[in-house]
Amino acid sequence: MTFLKRSPWILHYDASSCNGCDIEVLACLTPLYDVERFGIINTGNPKHADILLITGGINSQNRPVVRNLYEQMPEPKVVIAVGVCAATGGIFRECYNIVGGIDKVIPVDVYVPGCAARPEQIIDGVVKALAILEEKREKMTGEARHAAEAGEST
Amino acid sequence: MQTLLFLILFPILVACLLLFVKRTTLRYAVVALSALAIGGASIYLLVQYAFEGAVYFAAPSEAAGLAMLAIEMVLALFIIYMGAKFRNYPAIALAVVQAALIVYLEMTFPENLQAAHNLFIDQFSIIMALIIGIIGSLIAVYAVRYMETYHHHHPEVRDRQGMFFFVTFAFIAAMFGLVFSNNLMWVFFFWEITTISSFLLIGYSETDEATRNAFRALVMNLLGGVAFVAALIYLAATDPASGGIDLARVLASGDTTLILVPAVLIGFAGITKAALMPFSSWLLGAMVAPTPVSALLHSSTMVKAGVYILVRFAPIFAGTFAGFSIGLVGGVTFIVASAIAISQNNAKLVLAYSTIANLGLIAACAGVGTHMLVWAAILLIVFHAVAKSLLFLGTGAIEHRIGSRDIEDMEGLIVRMPKMAVMMFIGIAGMFLAPFGMLISKWAAIEAFVQVPFGLIFVAILAYGSAVTVFFWAKWMGKLVTVTRGVERIEKGFLEEPWAPLYIITGLVVAAVFFFPIISSTLIEPYVLAIYGVTTGLAQANIAIMLLMMALLLLLPVSFLLFRRTVKHLPAYMSGRPATADLRFAGSLGMTREAQTRNYYLTDYFGEARLFRPGAVVCTVLILASWILAGVAL
Amino acid sequence: MNGIVGAVLFLILAPLAGGLIAGIDRKITARMQGRVGPPILQPFYDVGKLFEKESVVVVTAQNFYVVAYLVFIALSGAFFFAGGDLLLIVFAFTLAHVFLVLGAYAVHSPYSHIGAERELIQVMAYEPMIILAAVGLYMVSGSFYVADMAATTVPAILYLPGVFLGLAVILAIKLRKSPFDISTSHHAHQEIVKGITTEFSGPTLGQIEIAHWYENIFLLGLVYLFFAWNPVIGVVAVAVTYVAEIFIDNVTARVRWQTALKGGWLAALLGIANLAILSYMMIGGA
Repeated sequence: MTFLKRSPWILHYDASSCNGCDIEVLACLTPLYDVERFGIINTGNPKHADILLITGGINSQNRPVVRNLYEQMPEPKVVIAVGVCAATGGIFRECYNIVGGIDKVIPVDVYVPGCAARPEQIIDGVVKALAILEEKREKMTGEARHAAEAGEST
Repeated sequence: MQTLLFLILFPILVACLLLFVKRTTLRYAVVALSALAIGGASIYLLVQYAFEGAVYFAAPSEAAGLAMLAIEMVLALFIIYMGAKFRNYPAIALAVVQAALIVYLEMTFPENLQAAHNLFIDQFSIIMALIIGIIGSLIAVYAVRYMETYHHHHPEVRDRQGMFFFVTFAFIAAMFGLVFSNNLMWVFFFWEITTISSFLLIGYSETDEATRNAFRALVMNLLGGVAFVAALIYLAATDPASGGIDLARVLASGDTTLILVPAVLIGFAGITKAALMPFSSWLLGAMVAPTPVSALLHSSTMVKAGVYILVRFAPIFAGTFAGFSIGLVGGVTFIVASAIAISQNNAKLVLAYSTIANLGLIAACAGVGTHMLVWAAILLIVFHAVAKSLLFLGTGAIEHRIGSRDIEDMEGLIVRMPKMAVMMFIGIAGMFLAPFGMLISKWAAIEAFVQVPFGLIFVAILAYGSAVTVFFWAKWMGKLVTVTRGVERIEKGFLEEPWAPLYIITGLVVAAVFFFPIISSTLIEPYVLAIYGVTTGLAQANIAIMLLMMALLLLLPVSFLLFRRTVKHLPAYMSGRPATADLRFAGSLGMTREAQTRNYYLTDYFGEARLFRPGAVVCTVLILASWILAGVAL
Repeated sequence: MNGIVGAVLFLILAPLAGGLIAGIDRKITARMQGRVGPPILQPFYDVGKLFEKESVVVVTAQNFYVVAYLVFIALSGAFFFAGGDLLLIVFAFTLAHVFLVLGAYAVHSPYSHIGAERELIQVMAYEPMIILAAVGLYMVSGSFYVADMAATTVPAILYLPGVFLGLAVILAIKLRKSPFDISTSHHAHQEIVKGITTEFSGPTLGQIEIAHWYENIFLLGLVYLFFAWNPVIGVVAVAVTYVAEIFIDNVTARVRWQTALKGGWLAALLGIANLAILSYMMIGGA
């Protein structure tokens, strides 16, 4: 029995979004979509989060911040880039301060396209992320077991 | 009786010897050896008399009485001289009044000033003797090295260490005398010695502030002294109905309304000495003295003399409105002082306010005076003495190392001075956490107050008071245990010797919890039984639970071993800002900024300015009420 | 013997019941907000997940304090269900909470510290009332032992309506519900992140959650004591009280710490007034 995919806690970070995607992310929490049905909680703390959900592209100011938030999250963890800006920089791509998509700084597991991304899409992205999260967990426990066995044998 | 006389006279001998010892190492040897002798003698006292109940001795009275009178007069002259030198006229006036009253007493009732038994010992006195003998002499040992360092840090202060240790040991002798005397004239004599001793010790550094505070302590305690003499005159005048100046006879006197008046007067003396409101300021002012003095005043001597006398007279207060009123003085002091402690960031002031609060609680128990409350009060005296002395000595040691007594500066002490931090931690836990002693006493007090008519008011005070207490102690504890990075470990290099008293007292704080059932059943319960005819104690099941908790507390640190060092370490969350381990982060405009953590002091709610005066006013009214009520009862 | 059975049952069943109640709580909350809400078993999934996560700390010591917190919360609750002295139990809970606060202090972190301070303010706010509740139950049942309080035939609630109301106020603090969830708010991401639990994650956070379940069961037990003369009414009353707390949680906004402190202390005043009248009646009656 794995609990991870029944209880994904999300950290939502607005990198440099126009707020369009952010509103759609928040819409997921409303009664209409109610993602808490899946045990999803929007937490404000990377140390509690399993999924890092980022809207907007990276700019030169928040580059270290995004990296820091990612590092603060305990394993296993996945990253979802919501909206086209988060994927590539989108319409702001050519701006003087925009570095590009989230994957310029941290590894992204799921890209949710759209401008803005629709709540259904976002939820779908999260569900896809859960599968990846589960994979990572298995890999992590496998590694731990492997390490323990290696430790015993030596 | 030899043990009693030894305990009173030996410290005086040592005191005189120390006047002439100049070298620190030699002084250390003398103090350590005599501390061993005094501590040993007080334990021998325990073995000798623990199971005997109250034992009375007819010590020679004539010569001793004359000598005491002579010394009292000399001391009065000394106060007048000092008062004239520093232009402190209230002190002069009070000394003159007091001396005149003594002379009047001696001239008018010479035949009534003899007691059949001048000395006595019972379980309560044994407890006090153990506190004085063990804690007091450990503080003296600690003081030797401390004072050396003190003068190193304060070259401007005149080195009068000979005088310092003379007074310290005279102080200890006087405390022994006070708790062993059955003759109230003797009690008063030793009472005055403690007043003078504290005056000299507080004024040690001879700065303006020290002198001012020393005089404040002197004036307030002389005020109590005058009340004490007045009580003696009253008792002598109403002999034999009141029992005269024989403590045992007074306490056994059937005429409770008659002796309520002197009891309230002596109770007032106790209030001044125990620094209850409105007299708390002298104890707060005493902070200017070197730390061992504070430790001595707060834990084993001085203020304990005040509550000792209150608890002694508790059976007389019991069930009277005057006694209830005195109890309320204690209750109000407890809650106001605890609340003010929240707003203090000076470690010594927090300790001082906590002492005042706990003395208030003891006074509340003594004033209401039922057998369960007296049981709780004695327990409070014991545990408070042990934990508070540890905290003061610890604060002194920390101050010498980090150069500050501000609690904020003690952040991360667990990293910088791990041993010290653990000892402070245990000391603070001893002050407010289950299953340590102070909490047991508070708990017992609540259960006892519920059963008293109008006791609800005390229950309410205790309910709020314990809440407030948790707040100010826990935030201090929090500062100690914060694991800061990138700081230097500075424990080593501190002079080695002062650690020994600290280790011993830390051990005592923990041991007191384990031995408390024995302390209770062999000393406190028989005492309460002898006075009230009924006794009390904790139920077996509760004792078992507490011991279980204590054992767990001692075992839990072992679980540290379980936490693998291999767990991943991450920096603290700083809103996503990359930060260094000491909380420096890149702020705006490319500047490096530092995040600091500070405790809440809630000054707007619990500040000294806001609470002290109302508390003092209420307590003054209550003291006056106690006099009026005692007078009306007559 | 009964006592030991009670304690063991508590240690085993309380986490199950506590988790289940937390699940029902979330479901009811969701329904009140017009949502479907998570499955009833969601709290178990959450804690299970937390134990699957990697163990991450800022300092190793922080986990030690949380273990102590959990152990003492469980122990204090066990004393309660063993029928022990209620005042001692209250103080044992304080000890446990101080450990949690120290755990938060141990980490040199701004949010953790603010949470710890606020938690202490909460302790300061609820402590008087909870002591008075114990005293009130003593005055009615004549004993400080929970076993006697539970066995009493006197309907305590009729004598202690003020105490019960006061307790209901501070129950919101203890259950970490709005308007008093000032130390680890679910709804205050922007201000204090997660306050006292900010720096705890993975298995350690799971332990805090389990300790919270244990404590909730103790609190409901305390509520039950007011209705102990009739077990059926007792259980119903506990349920109604809890739903009322959920309701208040959903219709109020979080207050500032000043209001929380005043609220807790005023609740205690209400309790004192109740007890004063009660003791007056008792003296008059005798």
